[in-house]
Amino acid sequence: MLGYIWMFMIIVSFFCSVITGNIENLAISITEGADKAIKLLLSMAGVMCLWTGIMKIADKSGLTALLAKLLSPVLCRLMPDYEKGSEALQAVAANITANFLGLGNAATPLGIKAMKEMTKHNSNDTPNNSMIMFVVLNTASMQLIPSTIAALRHAAGSEQPYSILVYIWVSSAAALIAGIISAKLFGLWRKNG
Amino acid sequence: MDELGLYAVPVFILLIVIWGGAKRTDIFESFKEGAGEGIASLLSIAPAIIGLIIAVNMLSASGFFDIVCNLLSPVTEKAGIPSEIIPMALMRPVSGSGSFAILNSIFEKYSPDSEIGKIASVMAGSTETTFYAIAVYFGAVSIKKTSYAVPAALIADLTGMIMAVITVKYL
Repeated sequence: MLGYIWMFMIIVSFFCSVITGNIENLAISITEGADKAIKLLLSMAGVMCLWTGIMKIADKSGLTALLAKLLSPVLCRLMPDYEKGSEALQAVAANITANFLGLGNAATPLGIKAMKEMTKHNSNDTPNNSMIMFVVLNTASMQLIPSTIAALRHAAGSEQPYSILVYIWVSSAAALIAGIISAKLFGLWRKNG
Repeated sequence: MDELGLYAVPVFILLIVIWGGAKRTDIFESFKEGAGEGIASLLSIAPAIIGLIIAVNMLSASGFFDIVCNLLSPVTEKAGIPSEIIPMALMRPVSGSGSFAILNSIFEKYSPDSEIGKIASVMAGSTETTFYAIAVYFGAVSIKKTSYAVPAALIADLTGMIMAVITVKYL
Protein backbone atom coordinates (compact mmCIF):
# COMPACT_ATOMS: atom_id res chain seq x y z
CA MET A 1 0.00 0.00 0.00
CA LEU A 2 2.64 2.47 1.10
CA GLY A 3 4.71 1.48 -1.94
CA TYR A 4 1.96 2.73 -4.25
CA ILE A 5 1.54 5.94 -2.28
CA TRP A 6 5.26 6.60 -2.47
CA MET A 7 5.30 5.96 -6.21
CA PHE A 8 2.27 8.21 -6.60
CA MET A 9 3.93 11.03 -4.65
CA ILE A 10 7.07 10.92 -6.80
CA ILE A 11 5.20 10.73 -10.12
CA VAL A 12 2.74 13.47 -9.12
CA SER A 13 5.47 15.80 -7.94
CA PHE A 14 7.27 15.39 -11.27
CA PHE A 15 4.21 16.31 -13.31
CA CYS A 16 3.16 19.10 -10.96
CA SER A 17 6.56 20.70 -11.20
CA VAL A 18 6.45 20.50 -15.01
CA ILE A 19 3.02 22.23 -15.00
CA THR A 20 4.01 24.92 -12.49
CA GLY A 21 7.47 25.36 -14.03
CA ASN A 22 9.18 24.34 -10.80
CA ILE A 23 11.45 21.60 -12.13
CA GLU A 24 14.54 23.32 -10.78
CA ASN A 25 13.08 23.45 -7.26
CA LEU A 26 12.14 19.81 -7.56
CA ALA A 27 15.71 18.82 -8.42
CA ILE A 28 17.02 20.65 -5.37
CA SER A 29 14.27 19.28 -3.11
CA ILE A 30 15.34 15.65 -3.61
CA THR A 31 18.81 16.00 -2.11
CA GLU A 32 17.52 18.53 0.38
CA GLY A 33 14.83 16.09 1.55
CA ALA A 34 17.33 13.32 2.20
CA ASP A 35 19.53 15.68 4.17
CA LYS A 36 16.58 17.10 6.09
CA ALA A 37 15.35 13.64 7.07
CA ILE A 38 18.54 12.71 8.89
CA LYS A 39 18.75 16.08 10.64
CA LEU A 40 15.14 15.67 11.71
CA LEU A 41 15.75 12.17 13.09
CA LEU A 42 18.79 13.40 15.02
CA SER A 43 16.98 16.33 16.55
CA MET A 44 14.04 14.09 17.48
CA ALA A 45 16.22 11.40 19.05
CA GLY A 46 16.86 13.07 22.40
CA VAL A 47 13.21 13.78 23.20
CA MET A 48 12.12 10.32 22.05
CA CYS A 49 14.72 8.60 24.23
CA LEU A 50 13.80 10.79 27.18
CA TRP A 51 10.22 9.48 27.07
CA THR A 52 10.99 5.86 26.33
CA GLY A 53 13.39 6.04 29.28
CA ILE A 54 10.92 7.65 31.68
CA MET A 55 8.14 5.27 30.64
CA LYS A 56 10.47 2.32 31.22
CA ILE A 57 10.80 3.45 34.85
CA ALA A 58 6.99 3.51 35.06
CA ASP A 59 6.87 0.04 33.56
CA LYS A 60 9.56 -1.53 35.78
CA SER A 61 8.19 0.00 38.97
CA GLY A 62 4.82 -1.67 38.47
CA LEU A 63 2.82 1.32 37.28
CA THR A 64 1.88 -0.50 34.08
CA ALA A 65 0.58 -3.49 36.03
CA LEU A 66 -1.37 -1.21 38.39
CA LEU A 67 -3.02 0.68 35.52
CA ALA A 68 -3.87 -2.59 33.78
CA LYS A 69 -5.55 -3.79 36.97
CA LEU A 70 -7.57 -0.58 37.32
CA LEU A 71 -8.64 -0.94 33.71
CA SER A 72 -9.94 -4.49 33.92
CA PRO A 73 -13.49 -3.76 35.26
CA VAL A 74 -14.03 -1.35 32.36
CA LEU A 75 -12.67 -3.80 29.83
CA CYS A 76 -14.95 -6.66 30.75
CA ARG A 77 -17.93 -4.36 30.19
CA LEU A 78 -16.59 -3.39 26.77
CA MET A 79 -15.73 -6.96 25.80
CA PRO A 80 -18.49 -9.12 27.29
CA ASP A 81 -17.47 -12.21 25.28
CA TYR A 82 -14.61 -12.73 27.74
CA GLU A 83 -14.60 -13.18 31.50
CA LYS A 84 -12.87 -10.91 33.96
CA GLY A 85 -9.39 -12.20 34.72
CA SER A 86 -9.24 -14.34 31.57
CA GLU A 87 -5.93 -14.60 29.69
CA ALA A 88 -7.47 -12.66 26.82
CA LEU A 89 -8.56 -9.67 28.90
CA GLN A 90 -5.24 -9.58 30.76
CA ALA A 91 -3.39 -9.30 27.46
CA VAL A 92 -5.87 -6.64 26.31
CA ALA A 93 -5.30 -4.61 29.50
CA ALA A 94 -1.51 -4.90 29.15
CA ASN A 95 -1.68 -3.75 25.52
CA ILE A 96 -3.89 -0.75 26.23
CA THR A 97 -1.76 0.36 29.17
CA ALA A 98 1.41 0.05 27.07
CA ASN A 99 -0.19 2.21 24.38
CA PHE A 100 -1.30 4.73 26.99
CA LEU A 101 2.22 5.08 28.35
CA GLY A 102 3.72 5.20 24.85
CA LEU A 103 5.58 1.89 25.15
CA GLY A 104 5.00 1.30 21.44
CA ASN A 105 7.52 -1.53 21.09
CA ALA A 106 5.83 -3.52 23.83
CA ALA A 107 2.27 -2.69 22.80
CA THR A 108 2.11 -4.43 19.41
CA PRO A 109 3.29 -7.91 20.56
CA LEU A 110 0.90 -7.68 23.53
CA GLY A 111 -1.92 -6.74 21.18
CA ILE A 112 -1.16 -9.67 18.90
CA LYS A 113 -1.12 -11.95 21.93
CA ALA A 114 -4.52 -10.55 22.97
CA MET A 115 -5.96 -11.23 19.52
CA LYS A 116 -4.64 -14.80 19.59
CA GLU A 117 -6.15 -15.42 23.05
CA MET A 118 -9.46 -13.96 21.91
CA THR A 119 -9.52 -16.13 18.78
CA LYS A 120 -9.40 -19.28 20.94
CA HIS A 121 -13.01 -18.60 21.95
CA ASN A 122 -14.17 -17.62 18.51
CA SER A 123 -14.63 -20.43 16.01
CA ASN A 124 -16.10 -18.25 13.23
CA ASP A 125 -14.04 -16.76 10.44
CA THR A 126 -15.50 -13.38 11.36
CA PRO A 127 -14.38 -11.57 14.51
CA ASN A 128 -16.79 -11.33 17.45
CA ASN A 129 -17.87 -7.94 18.79
CA SER A 130 -15.24 -7.97 21.53
CA MET A 131 -12.40 -8.52 19.06
CA ILE A 132 -13.60 -5.62 16.95
CA MET A 133 -13.95 -3.47 20.07
CA PHE A 134 -10.34 -4.28 20.94
CA VAL A 135 -9.05 -3.28 17.50
CA VAL A 136 -11.13 -0.09 17.58
CA LEU A 137 -9.68 0.76 21.02
CA ASN A 138 -6.24 0.34 19.49
CA THR A 139 -6.94 2.56 16.51
CA ALA A 140 -8.27 5.26 18.83
CA SER A 141 -5.79 4.74 21.64
CA MET A 142 -4.89 7.53 24.03
CA GLN A 143 -1.33 8.40 24.81
CA LEU A 144 -0.39 10.19 28.02
CA ILE A 145 2.66 11.93 26.52
CA PRO A 146 2.53 12.12 22.70
CA SER A 147 6.32 11.96 22.53
CA THR A 148 6.75 11.69 18.75
CA ILE A 149 4.67 14.83 18.19
CA ALA A 150 6.56 16.66 20.95
CA ALA A 151 9.89 15.55 19.45
CA LEU A 152 8.83 16.68 15.98
CA ARG A 153 7.65 20.05 17.32
CA HIS A 154 10.90 20.48 19.21
CA ALA A 155 12.91 19.61 16.08
CA ALA A 156 10.98 22.23 14.11
CA GLY A 157 11.98 24.91 16.63
CA SER A 158 8.81 25.12 18.72
CA GLU A 159 9.10 27.26 21.84
CA GLN A 160 6.55 25.09 23.62
CA PRO A 161 6.63 21.55 22.23
CA TYR A 162 4.17 20.37 24.92
CA SER A 163 1.65 23.20 24.65
CA ILE A 164 -0.65 20.91 22.65
CA LEU A 165 -0.83 18.30 25.41
CA VAL A 166 -4.26 19.17 26.83
CA TYR A 167 -5.81 19.56 23.36
CA ILE A 168 -4.51 16.13 22.40
CA TRP A 169 -5.92 14.59 25.60
CA VAL A 170 -9.37 16.09 24.97
CA SER A 171 -9.44 15.23 21.25
CA SER A 172 -8.21 11.69 21.66
CA ALA A 173 -10.63 11.06 24.54
CA ALA A 174 -13.45 12.24 22.28
CA ALA A 175 -12.18 9.99 19.47
CA LEU A 176 -12.00 7.05 21.88
CA ILE A 177 -15.56 7.60 23.12
CA ALA A 178 -16.84 7.97 19.54
CA GLY A 179 -15.07 4.73 18.62
CA ILE A 180 -16.54 2.84 21.58
CA ILE A 181 -20.08 4.11 20.94
CA SER A 182 -19.99 3.37 17.22
CA ALA A 183 -18.50 -0.10 17.77
CA LYS A 184 -21.25 -0.87 20.33
CA LEU A 185 -23.99 0.39 18.00
CA PHE A 186 -22.63 -1.50 14.98
CA GLY A 187 -22.41 -4.58 17.21
CA LEU A 188 -26.04 -4.34 18.30
CA TRP A 189 -27.11 -3.71 14.74
CA ARG A 190 -25.22 -6.80 13.52
CA LYS A 191 -26.83 -8.97 16.20
CA ASN A 192 -30.33 -7.83 15.28
CA GLY A 193 -29.85 -7.60 11.53
CA MET B 1 -4.31 25.48 28.43
CA ASP B 2 -0.86 25.91 26.91
CA GLU B 3 0.63 26.49 30.37
CA LEU B 4 -1.00 23.39 31.78
CA GLY B 5 0.90 21.36 29.20
CA LEU B 6 4.08 23.11 30.26
CA TYR B 7 3.68 22.14 33.93
CA ALA B 8 2.50 18.62 33.19
CA VAL B 9 5.87 17.49 31.86
CA PRO B 10 8.21 18.22 34.81
CA VAL B 11 5.54 17.24 37.36
CA PHE B 12 4.93 13.98 35.56
CA ILE B 13 8.65 13.12 35.39
CA LEU B 14 9.02 13.99 39.08
CA LEU B 15 6.11 11.72 40.05
CA ILE B 16 7.45 8.80 38.00
CA VAL B 17 10.91 9.12 39.53
CA ILE B 18 9.54 9.36 43.11
CA TRP B 19 7.16 6.44 42.50
CA GLY B 20 9.99 4.35 41.01
CA GLY B 21 12.28 5.20 43.91
CA ALA B 22 9.61 4.35 46.48
CA LYS B 23 9.07 0.99 44.79
CA ARG B 24 12.83 0.32 45.03
CA THR B 25 13.21 0.14 41.27
CA ASP B 26 16.67 0.79 39.90
CA ILE B 27 15.41 3.90 38.18
CA PHE B 28 18.55 4.88 36.31
CA GLU B 29 19.10 1.36 34.96
CA SER B 30 15.47 1.34 33.80
CA PHE B 31 15.86 4.74 32.21
CA LYS B 32 18.93 3.60 30.30
CA GLU B 33 17.17 0.47 29.10
CA GLY B 34 14.19 2.50 27.90
CA ALA B 35 16.30 5.18 26.26
CA GLY B 36 18.19 2.43 24.43
CA GLU B 37 14.90 1.09 23.14
CA GLY B 38 14.05 4.62 22.01
CA ILE B 39 17.21 4.68 19.88
CA ALA B 40 16.33 1.25 18.49
CA SER B 41 12.79 2.26 17.58
CA LEU B 42 13.99 5.49 16.00
CA LEU B 43 16.46 3.46 13.91
CA SER B 44 13.70 1.11 12.84
CA ILE B 45 11.49 3.95 11.58
CA ALA B 46 14.43 5.89 10.06
CA PRO B 47 14.39 4.29 6.57
CA ALA B 48 10.66 4.95 6.15
CA ILE B 49 11.01 8.50 7.46
CA ILE B 50 13.89 9.22 5.05
CA GLY B 51 11.98 7.88 2.03
CA LEU B 52 8.79 9.71 2.92
CA ILE B 53 10.41 13.02 3.77
CA ILE B 54 12.13 12.99 0.38
CA ALA B 55 8.78 12.33 -1.32
CA VAL B 56 6.90 14.95 0.73
CA ASN B 57 9.68 17.47 0.11
CA MET B 58 9.36 16.79 -3.63
CA LEU B 59 5.60 17.20 -3.50
CA SER B 60 5.93 20.44 -1.63
CA ALA B 61 8.59 21.84 -4.02
CA SER B 62 6.53 20.83 -7.05
CA GLY B 63 3.63 23.01 -5.94
CA PHE B 64 1.33 20.01 -5.43
CA PHE B 65 0.18 21.07 -1.97
CA ASP B 66 -0.59 24.59 -3.23
CA ILE B 67 -2.71 23.16 -6.04
CA VAL B 68 -4.59 20.83 -3.67
CA CYS B 69 -5.13 23.59 -1.12
CA ASN B 70 -6.49 25.95 -3.77
CA LEU B 71 -8.89 23.28 -4.96
CA LEU B 72 -10.03 22.46 -1.44
CA SER B 73 -10.16 25.94 0.04
CA PRO B 74 -13.78 26.79 -0.97
CA VAL B 75 -14.96 23.75 1.04
CA THR B 76 -12.53 23.93 3.94
CA GLU B 77 -12.94 27.68 4.44
CA LYS B 78 -16.64 27.20 5.06
CA ALA B 79 -15.86 24.51 7.63
CA GLY B 80 -13.22 26.71 9.25
CA ILE B 81 -10.43 24.18 8.65
CA PRO B 82 -7.10 25.31 7.19
CA SER B 83 -6.87 23.44 3.87
CA GLU B 84 -3.14 22.79 4.36
CA ILE B 85 -4.11 20.18 6.93
CA ILE B 86 -6.20 18.00 4.59
CA PRO B 87 -3.27 16.12 2.97
CA MET B 88 -2.01 15.15 6.43
CA ALA B 89 -5.48 14.08 7.57
CA LEU B 90 -5.78 11.83 4.51
CA MET B 91 -2.34 10.30 5.08
CA ARG B 92 -2.78 9.76 8.84
CA PRO B 93 -4.87 6.51 8.83
CA VAL B 94 -2.57 4.92 6.24
CA SER B 95 0.96 5.75 7.31
CA GLY B 96 2.36 7.18 10.53
CA SER B 97 5.72 8.10 9.00
CA GLY B 98 3.99 9.65 5.98
CA SER B 99 1.77 11.84 8.13
CA PHE B 100 4.73 12.90 10.27
CA ALA B 101 6.59 13.89 7.10
CA ILE B 102 3.64 16.08 6.03
CA LEU B 103 3.29 17.44 9.59
CA ASN B 104 6.94 18.44 9.43
CA SER B 105 6.39 20.28 6.14
CA ILE B 106 3.48 22.17 7.76
CA PHE B 107 5.79 23.11 10.66
CA GLU B 108 8.40 24.40 8.22
CA LYS B 109 5.88 26.53 6.37
CA TYR B 110 3.85 27.90 9.29
CA SER B 111 5.89 27.20 12.47
CA PRO B 112 4.77 24.60 15.04
CA ASP B 113 3.40 27.29 17.38
CA SER B 114 1.03 28.83 14.81
CA GLU B 115 -2.66 27.90 14.87
CA ILE B 116 -2.28 25.64 11.83
CA GLY B 117 0.80 24.05 13.36
CA LYS B 118 -1.08 23.35 16.58
CA ILE B 119 -4.19 21.97 14.86
CA ALA B 120 -2.00 19.68 12.75
CA SER B 121 -0.11 18.52 15.86
CA VAL B 122 -3.32 17.74 17.73
CA MET B 123 -4.76 15.94 14.71
CA ALA B 124 -1.70 13.74 14.34
CA GLY B 125 -1.57 13.13 18.09
CA SER B 126 -5.20 12.18 18.64
CA THR B 127 -5.62 9.73 15.75
CA GLU B 128 -3.86 6.51 14.85
CA THR B 129 -2.55 4.62 11.85
CA THR B 130 -5.95 2.93 11.62
CA PHE B 131 -5.52 0.77 8.51
CA TYR B 132 -2.12 -0.43 9.67
CA ALA B 133 -3.44 -1.45 13.09
CA ILE B 134 -6.42 -3.26 11.58
CA ALA B 135 -4.16 -5.09 9.11
CA VAL B 136 -1.66 -6.12 11.81
CA TYR B 137 -4.15 -7.30 14.42
CA PHE B 138 -6.61 -9.14 12.18
CA GLY B 139 -3.72 -10.38 10.03
CA ALA B 140 -2.06 -11.91 13.11
CA VAL B 141 -5.04 -14.25 13.59
CA SER B 142 -5.70 -14.69 9.83
CA ILE B 143 -9.09 -13.01 9.86
CA LYS B 144 -9.96 -11.53 6.49
CA LYS B 145 -13.53 -10.39 7.18
CA THR B 146 -13.17 -7.37 9.41
CA SER B 147 -16.93 -6.74 9.70
CA TYR B 148 -17.58 -3.19 10.99
CA ALA B 149 -14.06 -2.57 12.35
CA VAL B 150 -13.09 -0.11 9.58
CA PRO B 151 -16.18 2.16 9.74
CA ALA B 152 -16.12 2.26 13.57
CA ALA B 153 -12.40 3.10 13.62
CA LEU B 154 -12.81 5.77 10.95
CA ILE B 155 -15.66 7.40 12.91
CA ALA B 156 -13.22 7.62 15.84
CA ASP B 157 -10.53 9.17 13.61
CA LEU B 158 -12.94 11.67 12.12
CA THR B 159 -14.08 12.68 15.62
CA GLY B 160 -10.45 13.17 16.68
CA MET B 161 -9.79 15.35 13.65
CA ILE B 162 -12.86 17.54 14.13
CA MET B 163 -12.06 17.86 17.84
CA ALA B 164 -8.50 18.91 16.99
CA VAL B 165 -9.84 21.95 15.16
CA ILE B 166 -12.41 22.73 17.88
CA THR B 167 -10.04 22.36 20.88
CA VAL B 168 -7.24 24.48 19.41
CA LYS B 169 -9.63 27.20 18.25
CA TYR B 170 -11.95 27.43 21.24
CA LEU B 171 -10.43 25.79 24.32
